[in-house]
Amino acid sequence: MSLKESIRFGRRSSAQTAKERLKLVLVHDRAGLSPNRLDALKDELIDVISRHIEIDRHAVRISLTRDREQQRLVADIPLTPAPSRRGRSR
Amino acid sequence: MSGKIATITSGKGGVGKTTATANIGAALADLGFSVVCIDADIGLRNLDVVMGLENRIVYDLVDVIEGRCKLRQAMIRDKRLEEFYLIPAAQTRDKTAVSPQDMIRLTDELRADFDWILIDSPAGIERGFRNAIAPADIVVIITNPEVSAVRDADRIIGLVEAEDKGPGRLIINRVKPEMIKRGDMLGTEDVLDVLAIELVGVVPDDESVIVAANKGLAVVLDPRSKAGVAFRNIARRLSGENVEFEALDEQDGFFGRLSRLVKSGGEG
Repeated sequence: MSLKESIRFGRRSSAQTAKERLKLVLVHDRAGLSPNRLDALKDELIDVISRHIEIDRHAVRISLTRDREQQRLVADIPLTPAPSRRGRSR
Repeated sequence: MSGKIATITSGKGGVGKTTATANIGAALADLGFSVVCIDADIGLRNLDVVMGLENRIVYDLVDVIEGRCKLRQAMIRDKRLEEFYLIPAAQTRDKTAVSPQDMIRLTDELRADFDWILIDSPAGIERGFRNAIAPADIVVIITNPEVSAVRDADRIIGLVEAEDKGPGRLIINRVKPEMIKRGDMLGTEDVLDVLAIELVGVVPDDESVIVAANKGLAVVLDPRSKAGVAFRNIARRLSGENVEFEALDEQDGFFGRLSRLVKSGGEG
């Protein structure tokens, strides 16, 4: 759909929805890892990492992505802010 | 002569494998190549009716493999095209009657006499699919611009690569340009973006495909059929010609373009 048409309809087209849904389902198909199991993996990962370093549990983001050739499991794990330590290092 | 073996497959059923096989075969034969199509869908034979040869079957693929007849005896010649043959599937057996080795042996024999050997694969990812891709030099994956068919095509692309038969080439079949324009159908770019595979053709949804199949004729022999033009171009691309992709917009023909021209002139 052209940009002009998307503006006219003011909503996402069903083709765009189809494409986004497909991309997501294919990332999981290709990795052989369902969204449920990815969630379980995330919980375990948080437990393991928390034993070594303080992390912000609720801000952890984990996802499967794909560029042309490679599939990737990407984890973004923010640490709990520690201002005192930062002060000391200066 | 050493013929090329192309398997047409899809994963999902009903996306147009048999129609594509019959028409790419007819188009290649019309270009002057010698062609034999093999229906590998044992137990669900269909290529014979699409090609209009159902009344001439005496022997089938399983008869050849089990030694009840010679290869030539199971080959049925097309009604119109000189060097165009069908080896029909057995209707009363199942996929286990044939092994991947059987298919390799049979097609090796055909390579000596034909330019092209096309194999119509059954749907699914089991034995029948494995039989069909075992001898392939080229795997053509056919899909429709719908989420279910594209998902299955992706799975097939992975399996074809795992069997060292990749990279496959893609045909997007039953495309409706009007729906794409409205944003209600995945376009060619969308499907390619998701599947990341080489495109070999885009076939518009076209009633003439059904009309031709009703009569047991190839739609590529109808020069007015848009789908026929698309299949002819696919055959030329497979045989190594560099054919530009038909613009879907232009496929509504001269009058469609003319009326748009008049309309846009009126608005301006």
